[in-house]
Amino acid sequence: MTIRAKVLAAAAAAFLVGTALPAMAVTLRYANQGDLKSLDPYTLNETTTNAHLGHIYEGLTKRGRDLTVEPGLAEKWEVSSDGLTWRLFLRKGVKFHNGNPFTADDVVFSANRVRAEGSNFQTRVPSDAEFVKVDDYTVDVKLKRPNPILNYQWDTWYIMDKEWSEANNTAAPTPAAATSPSYSSLNANGTGPFKAESHQPGVKTVFKKNPDWWGKVEHNLDEIVFTPIKSDATRVAALLSGEVDVIEPVPLQDIQRVNSSPNAQVLTGPELRTIFLGFDQTRDELLFSNIKGKNPFKDAKVREAFFKAIDIETIKSRVMRGLATPSALMIAPELFTYSKDFQRPKYDPDAAKKLLAEAGYANGFEVGMDCPNDRYVNDEAICQAVVGMLARVGVKINLMAQPKAQYFGKVLKSGNYQTSFYLLGWTPGTFDSHNVLFDIEGCRDNPASSRGESNLGNYCNKKHDELADKILVENDKAKRDQLIKEAFQITASEYGYIPLHQQALAWGVSKKVKLSQRADNSVLLYWAHKE
Amino acid sequence: MVAFIIRRVLQAVGVLFAVGIISFSMFRFAGDPVNQIVSIDTPAAQREEVRRSLGLSDPVPVQFTRYLINTVRGDFGISYQFRQPISDLLAERMPATLELAFCATVFAVAFGILMGVYSGLRRESFLSKLFQTLSLIGISLPTFLIGILLIYLFAVTLGWLPSYGRGDTVRVGWWTTGFLTLSGLMALILPSITLGLFQMTLIMRIVRSEMLEVLRTDYIKFARARGLTTRAIHFGHALKNTLIPVITIVGLQLGSVIAFSIITETVFQWPGMGLLFVQAVQNVDIPIMAAYLMLVALIFVMINLAVDILYTVVDPRLRSTIRQPV
Repeated sequence: MTIRAKVLAAAAAAFLVGTALPAMAVTLRYANQGDLKSLDPYTLNETTTNAHLGHIYEGLTKRGRDLTVEPGLAEKWEVSSDGLTWRLFLRKGVKFHNGNPFTADDVVFSANRVRAEGSNFQTRVPSDAEFVKVDDYTVDVKLKRPNPILNYQWDTWYIMDKEWSEANNTAAPTPAAATSPSYSSLNANGTGPFKAESHQPGVKTVFKKNPDWWGKVEHNLDEIVFTPIKSDATRVAALLSGEVDVIEPVPLQDIQRVNSSPNAQVLTGPELRTIFLGFDQTRDELLFSNIKGKNPFKDAKVREAFFKAIDIETIKSRVMRGLATPSALMIAPELFTYSKDFQRPKYDPDAAKKLLAEAGYANGFEVGMDCPNDRYVNDEAICQAVVGMLARVGVKINLMAQPKAQYFGKVLKSGNYQTSFYLLGWTPGTFDSHNVLFDIEGCRDNPASSRGESNLGNYCNKKHDELADKILVENDKAKRDQLIKEAFQITASEYGYIPLHQQALAWGVSKKVKLSQRADNSVLLYWAHKE
Repeated sequence: MVAFIIRRVLQAVGVLFAVGIISFSMFRFAGDPVNQIVSIDTPAAQREEVRRSLGLSDPVPVQFTRYLINTVRGDFGISYQFRQPISDLLAERMPATLELAFCATVFAVAFGILMGVYSGLRRESFLSKLFQTLSLIGISLPTFLIGILLIYLFAVTLGWLPSYGRGDTVRVGWWTTGFLTLSGLMALILPSITLGLFQMTLIMRIVRSEMLEVLRTDYIKFARARGLTTRAIHFGHALKNTLIPVITIVGLQLGSVIAFSIITETVFQWPGMGLLFVQAVQNVDIPIMAAYLMLVALIFVMINLAVDILYTVVDPRLRSTIRQPV
């Protein structure tokens, strides 16, 4: 080969490389066990769905990789000194995917739509808050009472285009019971970094990069193809064979296998959800027990005995294969400043036996336990471990493990709270303690209020509820945290609940992909890089 | 003949009605759909609103009557999960299931007959014994296990075939087909084998035993005496007669191949009707469950009806009994 030919060849090769690479679109394939059912952002308030739609739609705020609240479509906000008016300054120059400009009208429209009948996100915005357009890029929110965490959930209150929604006859949210198909459940028009290219529910959804996005692009993808893969074995196989790049979740028993494969690894970390046990503390006689005429769980000693009889380290190492973080609180430590001040009482079966004897149950008793078997990581296995541990202190548990469809139908308010002892998991939607204090730990005694609706056993302490009310309107963060701490201390001292652990996130990621894992289990691919 | 068909159609309506009642009463135990529609922290008042708008707070007889009337009108309603009309969802998923069922049946018939004939003719050969062993595996191993084994061998370890999905599809009218693209054809291989394996072993065993039976009959002996070639005897005379039960089996099994593709579709994330049904059960999507069960019942009834009619065409002896019901 002459020098000339060599130079030519090199030039040709360089040319080929230079032109071929940019032309190759980067496609990231992602499989989740759950489905993306509707593209309407106000239909189902669920982490996976919200994360998917977060690629297309955006809220007034965003949450960063560490879940801190950041400006989104609102550049900044100011709160008046009485805490009753929030002034939102909207980002200028933002366009929806169809080219419509984003303005104050869209915010006012979305605030009404999200609170309309059929929306699953009504709690995102207080029902008595008034949204007033000041000019095209300023909105005032007028509140009836101060709310320091007003914008905490606005990262998943996605802003929709007024003009587009009205033109397509989808100005009302797609309700669960829609009698005719809705345009917005199959089509989307957001401001986000990706556009919805196609959506076949239950089969495949394709997202295309939005070249006109306003923000700083932190990914190198041109396209995301999402496929739901329900079967665990198939999902893992698809990752190992390189057909998909990201899967969520990886079943615990497959983590080692994925990590030992040359193609992929598992990203793990504690999730925000707290798994806990609760007791029926309200009925005078338990529904499912051999103790008649009284309710043993009304006695704090019995609850303490149960707490001390549970060996959380064994559950962590045996049932969860090390992938759990034992918890002393009803909220994830990441979400509460003083969580370090709380410690779990030590595992002590002898003390548990003594407490039961003191409470008058020296020979133990029998009680039924409700447990889902397809909702949380190894939920049924956790319950079985609890059954074994309580048997050692003389309490016989009749375990009723059932699919979530039956389980929730039985234990929630709609099923009239038919449970004596149960396992549940909870992530505060606001990422704030007040949600736990109100929904899980609040008294259920006022039927007009929604306080305590998820407090399935009705643990109740009036002093605790007074604190919760103060926390709701307290604007000073240091004072607020102190009040929260007091409230949690009350529950802990009365053994109102048995917090077990935070389960681990387990995302399977191809070695070609770099990804940030957020503790709320939102798979956000706008932070993904693929080789 | 017309009276026979009318009677059969009336019976079919009865069967469908019974399926309707049974499936409707089963939904009582499927769980509460409302909890699958809303998130866990949805206030109870909102849950009640959803329940009312779905018509779930009406008395059971009212719900059942409404369900029957809508079903008769061909209106299966709107899926709770997808907010799409059920008829659209089923029409979208049906091609996937039918193509899979077709490929599985072709695979089962082709390989079943070949292996059956071979092991019938050469009973003592090593290959026949291997086929027999394989057929035992095919009959005894559960479908999902076979599927997962195939995935691990061909998709994960060897990397030859895709582990899930349909590959690229081409839209022909309302029908989406995987037959026209390479990835679509590749994606069909593993699920077809998984779904068809049981039928294949069944056919193979039937053909083998029929073959052994037929080869012992007199007319084969006479054919040999006439000096026909072995080839003509085996394939012209013997095989033809073994195929009658095979046709019956294939016909009747076609319904179950379509209906029971549920497991195969779940393992391979095959976007067909079976997968839709499984997702519906998990999410207590009652309208989809109801429509699917009715559709499957309809397919079975239609196939049985067709088989009965075909019998009378094939076998004149049956006609007299049909004219005068016994």
